[in-house]
Amino acid sequence: MRILTGAILAGLISTTGAFADPVDDKLVLNEETEMVVRTAAPAHVSETLDEVMSGWLFRGEETRAMQMDDFDNPGMIFVEQGQDSWAAVDGSEGKSCSSCHNDMDSMAGVKATYPKWNAEAGEVRTLQMQVNACRTERMGADAWKYDSGTAINMEAALASVSRGMPVNVAIDGPAQSMWEKGKELYYTRTGQLELSCANCHEDSYGMMIRADHLSQGQINGFPVYRLKNTKLNGSHSRFKGCIRDTRAETYSPGSEEFVALELYVASRGNGLSVEGPSIRN
Amino acid sequence: MRISVITVIVAGFAASAAYAEEIEPTAVSYTDGAVEKSLSGVAGDPANGRVIVGDKGQGNCVACHQVTDLADVPFQGEIGPMLDGAGDRWSEAELRGIVANAKIMFEDSMMPSFYKTEGFTRPGNAYTGKAPDETFGPLLSAQQIEDVVAYLATLKE
Ligand code: HEC
Ligand code: HEC
Repeated sequence: MRILTGAILAGLISTTGAFADPVDDKLVLNEETEMVVRTAAPAHVSETLDEVMSGWLFRGEETRAMQMDDFDNPGMIFVEQGQDSWAAVDGSEGKSCSSCHNDMDSMAGVKATYPKWNAEAGEVRTLQMQVNACRTERMGADAWKYDSGTAINMEAALASVSRGMPVNVAIDGPAQSMWEKGKELYYTRTGQLELSCANCHEDSYGMMIRADHLSQGQINGFPVYRLKNTKLNGSHSRFKGCIRDTRAETYSPGSEEFVALELYVASRGNGLSVEGPSIRN
Repeated sequence: MRISVITVIVAGFAASAAYAEEIEPTAVSYTDGAVEKSLSGVAGDPANGRVIVGDKGQGNCVACHQVTDLADVPFQGEIGPMLDGAGDRWSEAELRGIVANAKIMFEDSMMPSFYKTEGFTRPGNAYTGKAPDETFGPLLSAQQIEDVVAYLATLKE
């Protein structure tokens, strides 16, 4: 009887405890670029976290391996599609993105600084908002729907040329009030389950919640290719899913709330490498 | 045979009695986080409570807790303490209070309040992400809470 209980306990430990902590592993992209997947927490989160960690460290070995080589990373197919639309003429002005910006490599480092204050427009813009501003104001083309396939493919292509560079989102100056708003959302316990982002991703990262291994909920790896739905997913869609899981009424991708939350969550990962498109389950 | 007939009769009687004595989520009285009075007025069924604790669509308590007695249920979480021995550690009234609204016993607990209908920020319609409609009710019914409490009381070290 005693032995039997022991066996059951061992079984429990192997389904849960074994995954409990982030792995001790290095992410080297294409055998050349070493990514920062854990680093000292930036000053504005150091009260609650010592270290910030990429979600990559919380995934299984096979998922991690897929992200190490572009030939194995299914997200790269969508990056290519994003690169195609970079060069495609669209809208009344007869222009493509490359008409103004040359090739995609000129965008290296851009993703790392978004969301970002735009002085002319007087607003904090996510990368998708900036792309849409170029499309509507400069190309005379329609805005892409937030987190739709075309929009997310472009975001992934822009992320891909910044891979390995440290996330470096500005939170002071005119962006500060949006940042504060994002912070407030992060700590608000929503829905009938009354859970905040912090409950799961700050207080409980490394633990199992049912079958899921909780990470810090960082977005340095976005857009992410999910094996679950075999497409690229934007950070706003992820936020929406997490809030829905608290049995709450969600916000929509592209809403001011999610722009604020993206700014805040991105800033929690300042210092981690841009990894998008990364692979998650 | 005989037993099942009696059970059916008792259950039928109990169900009608339950209606009369059920305490609304907004009317539960807590003393130091514990609730003395049965919420349904009907004794809990530990076998059904066992199902509720492990079922994703009901209590889903194993999302956060491990229970050795439920070793057949895969993927048990580790956010809260293991529930083995909960029946030794807590009285029935305390268990009822913890399951109905753990935040009274444990300040700021991450554990959801299973018998509560008010005071939420942006409550939704289950997992749809949409605003709540007229079907909005507590996470578990009065009888489901009683069943879970009866089950927890059997968890002795
Ligand atoms: C009930 C628990 C829970 C809450 C509350 C929650 N999340 Fe999550 N979140 C998860 C789980 C489970 C996953 C998948 C595993 C993982 O990556 O942590 C996840 C994943 C994520 C990811 C993807 C991380 C990656 O590396 O792929 C992000 C970003 C995220 N959450 C942000 C948030 C934000 C922002 C909030 C609040 C608006 C939030 N989450 C609230 C459970 C939660
Ligand atoms: C989202 C996580 C979560 C869920 C879901 C959850 N609990 Fe808990 N539970 C906790 C935490 C965390 C504690 C520890 C108390 C504290 O410090 O907040 C706890 C404490 C308890 C305790 C006291 C533990 C002890 O033995 O000292 C009992 C009993 C309990 N929970 C039962 C349940 C039951 C029954 C359900 C489902 C109907 C449930 N819990 C669902 C998180 C959860």
